Amino acid sequence: MAVGSLGSSTTRTKVAPWNDPVIRGWVFQIVVVGLVGLLAWFLVSNTIENLQRQKIASGFSYLHREAGFEIGDTMIAYSPASTYARAIFVGMLNTLKVAVIGIFLSTILGTMIGVGRLSPNWLLAKICECYVEMFRNVPLLLWLFLIYKLISEAFPGPRQAINVLNSFFLSNRGLYAPVPLADPTYHWMGIAFLIGVVATVFVKRWAKKRQDATGQPFPTIKTGIGLIVGLPVIVWLLGGAPHHMSWPHLKGFNFDGGIVIQPEFTALLIGLVLYTSAFVAEIVRSGILALHKGQSEAASALGLSRGQVMRLVLLPQAMRLIIPPMTSQYLNITKNSSLAIAIGYPDLVAAVNVTINQTGQAIENILIIMAAYLSVSLSISAFMNWYNKRIALRER
Amino acid sequence: MRSFVLAAAVGVAAALAAGNAFAGKDLDAIKARGALICGVPTGIAGFAAADSQGKWVGLDIDVCRAVSTAIFGESEKVKYVPLTSQQRFTALQSGEVDLLSNNTTVTLQRDTALGLDFTAITYYDGQGFLVPRKLGVKSAKELDGATICVAPGTTTELNLADYFRANKMTFKPVVIEKAEEIRAAFYAGRCDVYTTDVSSLAATRAANVPPPAKPEDFIILPEIISKEPLGPMVRHGDNQFADIIRWTQFAMLEAEEYGITSGNVDEMVKSENPTIKRILGVTPGMGKALGVDDRWVYNIIKQVGNYGESYDRHVGPHSLLKIDRGVNRLWTQGGLQYAPPIR
Repeated sequence: MAVGSLGSSTTRTKVAPWNDPVIRGWVFQIVVVGLVGLLAWFLVSNTIENLQRQKIASGFSYLHREAGFEIGDTMIAYSPASTYARAIFVGMLNTLKVAVIGIFLSTILGTMIGVGRLSPNWLLAKICECYVEMFRNVPLLLWLFLIYKLISEAFPGPRQAINVLNSFFLSNRGLYAPVPLADPTYHWMGIAFLIGVVATVFVKRWAKKRQDATGQPFPTIKTGIGLIVGLPVIVWLLGGAPHHMSWPHLKGFNFDGGIVIQPEFTALLIGLVLYTSAFVAEIVRSGILALHKGQSEAASALGLSRGQVMRLVLLPQAMRLIIPPMTSQYLNITKNSSLAIAIGYPDLVAAVNVTINQTGQAIENILIIMAAYLSVSLSISAFMNWYNKRIALRER
Repeated sequence: MRSFVLAAAVGVAAALAAGNAFAGKDLDAIKARGALICGVPTGIAGFAAADSQGKWVGLDIDVCRAVSTAIFGESEKVKYVPLTSQQRFTALQSGEVDLLSNNTTVTLQRDTALGLDFTAITYYDGQGFLVPRKLGVKSAKELDGATICVAPGTTTELNLADYFRANKMTFKPVVIEKAEEIRAAFYAGRCDVYTTDVSSLAATRAANVPPPAKPEDFIILPEIISKEPLGPMVRHGDNQFADIIRWTQFAMLEAEEYGITSGNVDEMVKSENPTIKRILGVTPGMGKALGVDDRWVYNIIKQVGNYGESYDRHVGPHSLLKIDRGVNRLWTQGGLQYAPPIR
């Protein structure tokens, strides 16, 4: 091999094909792809053959058949007369509900604890540290069992429910609360709320531009609250101020009317939030600690308060370090919600498992679960990647 | 790179080998292994539960022991795999267990679409409701609006929905997979009602009520809302193995019908009755036709007992459960248990 010919391909020495790294690389890659393809073909064809030999039903036509089982917690109309497809969709919505609320709450709680661990207040820092170590070192499943047992054992039955102001009832059947009776005004209030949010975003942009240009601050937060709360209230008044409520009341075995938050959902949500926020706290803490301490010193020297230093200087920079690992935690929450099955919350996995059992079509149903989790996870990833890019440091 | 290729080749070879093993007869696999793998419930007193020595006992367990005796001549060559109602069919389909003796209700859907076969019916059951006495409910018709604990993936879950639909009532299900967890939820008051087969209700009332509550604090409502014929299941594909299980059950019934018990079987061998001689293998041929030892029934009765003995020991008068024999009496005593003749 001539050392001098490195970097120029025209003068390459001739070698035998089995010694040529390029050809060898190609051959190996073709062999590997071929083997993987062969393995996949073998698995699929073997499965199909075995299913046919054992006369196990296959195909997705069962999705349109009547499910026949009841689901305890549904966000959309569902009855045993609905189809399997709808039952699975109900489970999917339940999974999304607990995941979305869980992500929201664990981000807030986790950030508070992460910042708290860095506090100069010894007691606060130690409490936060204990919290993190306690929750991230015990498996989530055990927390779920513990919380569910606490709720079902500690709270009284519906007839002895803890009564708050004759309108909220807490028992081992869940928390019952009054809920406004349906009225068209509420739709318009929802629209007014959205308008308020959009208007606030514009006000914030305008205020920032003005402050950059003139140095004049604008009370964005107060204006925002006014817009977001005020507009729906005005619409409510214009709509004749509907105030008829559905009140929970004892009827037969249980409460009737109102809205209920079931113990299974509560236990799962509390478990997920407490567990995940321990990890979120560590991510937030590491993000902040990764910043040079000159940042906080310089900010203090400018006369900013401790809160302002955190909010305006440290957190925005730490965000860039926090977002990528945070994405994994959001994905974890979504996937961990499948532990719901242990405590009886009817999530996606529970609905599909029952379907597997009643139809016997495990492969098709597992494919549905995988596709569902994959699409939710990829959506979360895509959104977080977009957000990460948006807040990334722009070199000028 | 080379080692990866090797690993992939080994993987393919292993997968091929696994495929071949699957294609073999179940009975041959059991004999080669030297043990029967039996899928049983995770814990139902009287049917399948660990005793104080940690040994599995119960009616479902006796099915496994009797089959083991027929195949090996010994009742203890069984490995028990506890399975929840949701795991059981997949475990049998995939070959993880040879035989399912899991309080499983015979239905058309399960017999066909699952690729499985039922053999004989070992217990005629029906679905009922267990409620706390202090609830003051006297009939299932009064259960409108109740919260009901039920296991997922069972016929029970479907019957429950059907019953409430037919009677224009509503209910809230609480669905938990493990039997222990769902019973705990019921006794903690999370549900007003626990529903499953009446035999299992009697079992949990006798064995699982947490102190200081007493079994008398709970009642089983009079309505039986379904037929639940329970029986062992096997995979499609090995008819001989299915025959052995089917005739093992019939043999235990025949033995009871002709008065052969574990206590008198040694005298019965000397009997001049041609039927008893055929059953016990004194006149050879029956075991051979089935592909097992000719003394198979003798061994089963000697080591496990006849059907009545098994019943009395686990769920009948000699047990905690004290369930009346009811429709599970022999046909000669007005029940439904009727075995075709061994001849």
